[in-house]
Amino acid sequence: MTGGVNSFQVSGYGPKRSGWTRLLARDSLVRRLDWPILLSALVLSLLGSLLVYSATRNRTELNQGDPYYFLVRHLLNTGIGVALMIGALWLGHRALRTAVPVLYGASVFLILLVLTPLGSTINGAHSWIKLPGGFSLQPSEFVKLTIILGMAMLLATRVDAGDRQYPDHRTVLQALGLAVVPMIIVMLMPDLGTVMVMAVIVLGVLLASGASNRWVFGLISAGAVGAVTVWQLGILDDYQINRFAAFANPELDPAGVGYNTNQARIAIGSGGLTGAGLFNGHQTTGQFVPEQQTDFVFTVAGEELGFVGGGLILLLLGIILWRACRIARDTPDLYSTIVAAGIVAWFAFQTFENIGMTLGIMPVTGLPLPFVSYGGTSMFAVWMAVGLLQSIRLQRPLSA
Amino acid sequence: MTNIPETGRSPRVQIRLIVIQVLVLSLLGTLGGRLWYLQIREGDQYAKEASGNHVQQVVQPAVRGSILDARGVPLADNETRLVVSASRTELMKMKDDGKAVLTKLAKVLGMTPKEVMEKVRLCDAKTPQPCWNGSPYQPIPITDEATPKQALQIRERAEDFPGITAEPQAVRRYPAPGKANTAQVLGYLSPVTDEEIKEAQDTDSPYLRSDMVGRSGLERQYDKQLRGKAGVTRYEVDNLGRVLGKAQSDPAEPGANLVTSIDARVQRVAEYQLDWAMKEARKVHDRNTGTNYKADSGAVVVMEAKTGRIVAMASNPAYDPNVWVGGISSKDYAKLTGKKSNYPLLNRAIQGQSAPGSVFKVIPTAAAIRAGYSFEGPYNCSSSYSIGGQVFKNFESQNHGPISLGRALEVSCDTVFYRLSHEEWKRDGGNKPKKNPNDWFYKTAHDFGLGEKTGIDLPNEVSGRVPDRQWKKDYWKANKDAWCKTGKKNGSYAERIAYENCLEGNRLRAGDSVNYSIGQGDTLVTPIQMATIYAALSNGGTLYDPTIGKAVISPDGRTVTEIKPKAHGKLPVSKKTLKAIDGALEGVATRGTAAWRFGGWPQDKIPMHAKTGTAEVYGKQTTSWFTTYTEDYAVVMTISQGGTGSGASGPAVRNIYNALYGVTEDGKIDKKKALLPEPQKSLPKVKADGTIKSPKIPKDPAKTAQPSPDASADPPADDQGDPADQQGATVPSPEAGNRDTRRRRRRGGGRPRRAARRPRTTATRRAVT
Repeated sequence: MTGGVNSFQVSGYGPKRSGWTRLLARDSLVRRLDWPILLSALVLSLLGSLLVYSATRNRTELNQGDPYYFLVRHLLNTGIGVALMIGALWLGHRALRTAVPVLYGASVFLILLVLTPLGSTINGAHSWIKLPGGFSLQPSEFVKLTIILGMAMLLATRVDAGDRQYPDHRTVLQALGLAVVPMIIVMLMPDLGTVMVMAVIVLGVLLASGASNRWVFGLISAGAVGAVTVWQLGILDDYQINRFAAFANPELDPAGVGYNTNQARIAIGSGGLTGAGLFNGHQTTGQFVPEQQTDFVFTVAGEELGFVGGGLILLLLGIILWRACRIARDTPDLYSTIVAAGIVAWFAFQTFENIGMTLGIMPVTGLPLPFVSYGGTSMFAVWMAVGLLQSIRLQRPLSA
Repeated sequence: MTNIPETGRSPRVQIRLIVIQVLVLSLLGTLGGRLWYLQIREGDQYAKEASGNHVQQVVQPAVRGSILDARGVPLADNETRLVVSASRTELMKMKDDGKAVLTKLAKVLGMTPKEVMEKVRLCDAKTPQPCWNGSPYQPIPITDEATPKQALQIRERAEDFPGITAEPQAVRRYPAPGKANTAQVLGYLSPVTDEEIKEAQDTDSPYLRSDMVGRSGLERQYDKQLRGKAGVTRYEVDNLGRVLGKAQSDPAEPGANLVTSIDARVQRVAEYQLDWAMKEARKVHDRNTGTNYKADSGAVVVMEAKTGRIVAMASNPAYDPNVWVGGISSKDYAKLTGKKSNYPLLNRAIQGQSAPGSVFKVIPTAAAIRAGYSFEGPYNCSSSYSIGGQVFKNFESQNHGPISLGRALEVSCDTVFYRLSHEEWKRDGGNKPKKNPNDWFYKTAHDFGLGEKTGIDLPNEVSGRVPDRQWKKDYWKANKDAWCKTGKKNGSYAERIAYENCLEGNRLRAGDSVNYSIGQGDTLVTPIQMATIYAALSNGGTLYDPTIGKAVISPDGRTVTEIKPKAHGKLPVSKKTLKAIDGALEGVATRGTAAWRFGGWPQDKIPMHAKTGTAEVYGKQTTSWFTTYTEDYAVVMTISQGGTGSGASGPAVRNIYNALYGVTEDGKIDKKKALLPEPQKSLPKVKADGTIKSPKIPKDPAKTAQPSPDASADPPADDQGDPADQQGATVPSPEAGNRDTRRRRRRGGGRPRRAARRPRTTATRRAVT
């Protein structure tokens, strides 16, 4: 692979035109961007800012007396996210490929830093680094991205060079090793949700890489056996199991996670078809749902915007995922395919887990809803991923 | 665009990508489906849950209405006290279930930690009092007698006492005006239970968790009116209980006031006199048992003769109703309910039943007239009456010769009534009864209201018993198995009786009819029944439902709902007969068995009527009965194991009349001293601000009414005699009454009761009094 080809240059061939004509020409960058993804992501982010605002405007203990505190910050995060997207687009995913070892190393270094006294604990997970100015960083969000890039690099290099049709066992092992190291670190935080997302990403990446079925099913079986072993050997305390299972039966942990599950379900269920109206939800105004601006942001939409609003969020995320799948399928090289598929796996599972837990069909873990939840690092990471998807799409031959 | 990239990517990857796409879409579909299920299908239910979530109720308890006497003197009202309560729900959240906090609290309150913990534990089958039998979600009062200093200590260091509150609260108070205790009539309150909340949920007066509920007496009977309606303010709150807005507010409505016909002063006199009579009786030697009379319990009723309203009702032993306020201690509870307690919670005026003895004789008198006998007679008052070899003797074998029914009442001649009752029994077929026997003697008892509740406005009245044919059959059916098992022809006394009963206990035998005719045998009556009957004799024959409640007055005094006297029947006698009986009963007071107790009574101004009774109870001392009436009042007193009717109860009853009418020791009427020469007609006024105008009451009205000199007078010979022939006693439970009198009756079927029973007295005793 040549690598390092700038997407802007790719788009820049042909007769020189100027101004709007050039911008809107059929082969122009603007025309070739994946607008559905872009717009969906943008709408989700803006909608998210409203929901975050609704959830936090009364939470004086969080917003330091400023009802717009979270609204402003969410919009700021979105702006930075969009800038990062443009940056990723500018560099291009191929250019980034050469930087993967550095990025991977840096992200792993950051999550190791979290484990030192520099890190701080939020909601039981020691996964944050406090920055000056009230900002904080959750490096594990970036690691999701660097795992995808790193594994894609390892798995795709020989295939894209035409040496092999599929990655060999040794390469797969190397790729797994690359993923397992940060997973173990994140597990130590402990941040089970992120580990689960990473595991799904690994699975998605392996699937897309064309690795042997034995690896795919082997890993799935290993995961299942591992889970059963942990369960049966009593490595977890009863309360941990209850906490995990409480999504199905809130009675198991009525004061803890069961409470969240219950209140979240009440909030969403009471929304009905069109919801109570923005800023009018009792559950939201009354602050009955914990972590409502982050992990449980979907409940605001459910209560205040009803089935219509919740459905809209699902639809927008569906558009992003659908387009991302198309991008993965339509791209010519395996590296790009793996990156796109990894992002699909990431977004899809995180969406399913996050909304699923508010609906009471998935266990409660601390995962943000892409674009919608309040949280800078997550916002940055998902927008960077969008940048990568756009970059991959742009490299597609024009004729397509 | 092409799906096959120019790299010639392997189909495996391509297929897997499609699999991923399908998986992703199905995950989103799952979310969409679940969302639809929650919001559209189950939406209504969650909306309901949500509204329950964010609405909090704050309850302001309603002030309970007062119970007033006829002139407006409060018998039960409220006072503000500093109440220290503990929230169980808060305590249970603590690691040690709040033990540390309660121990600290005990120190502040000067109690032992054990006492405090017992107060907050929940009652169940295994937990003895004291314990909390109200709702566990309600703050549990630990003391209502906190000093302001203690309350301050708790409130200033709220962080040291989580879940503990110290607040002023309206607490029930029974002030006992003029020392009128009135305990059993007033009843008491205790916290509402979870079951009651559930039961009353859908009625028009549901309970709140904080409610106190009347458990007996007037507090229970008029609970609905007295309770009022607690105020409920619904607030919208957030998850921490912070108020977001007021949703709805119903102010508390204080309960209505209950005006009773009780006169606190007369009540005090009645209580005092009953107690005094019992104390005096305990000084008297009982020749039959060789010990002094025990006088273990007693009751007195003062009734307005023309309305059936109760002016005073006392039951002894009594207790202080204030022990219930703020939760009862284990010691106090044992005192009230333990085996040694003699059950002071019982209102013996309506719950004590015993054989009436000779006060019953107005009924066979009326029955005889109905059966066609003339009032004038004459009937032979012989010294004894024999049935097939069995001899039933008159009191001390006295022989009055041929007399009228009226004279038979005056001298309480048993043999006259034996004979009449036995003759009627024979007329009804004797041992082979006719198909439709007249049963005049039993029918008349029913018509007088015996065997049935009088309908007084107090809970748990008992009905007494008329031992007629039907009852005998039912009773035999219920007991024959046991009798036939234990009965032996030649066994012990009890075994012989059981044997007899097994064979023919279902039949009304001659002996039964004879015993019954003088209020013995299985007959049981309550003091309130006798008061109702004697009031009817006074008022021309109307049997009123006795009432204590006179009116319910709204807290602002505007709405007055009077409780009108209701009649439940008429005495089954003609005016002429009534007059004749009335005359005879006046004779009892002037020249009969009660005359020695009414010496010097201004009979011309206040005609007194009376009947004495001394009833026997198997294995116990005799029950004293004294039933009296004037134009305005009927007064009935009974003392269990107290001796003779006139002997034990006579002076006390006279003292009550003295107090009512202001009769002095020399028989003059001092209107200034009269407490209530006429029944109170007007109702007290409740002002718009809720205050009540009531007259001042002397410290102890009983002190002005001294025991009359007659108390120590020598009774006439015929009253002094052993009153053994009657039985009955105010017994704590109907069960006990049954047993006692049943045995006697059995025996009566055969031999002369008296002789068999008390072999050591050669003289025959007789019923009288």
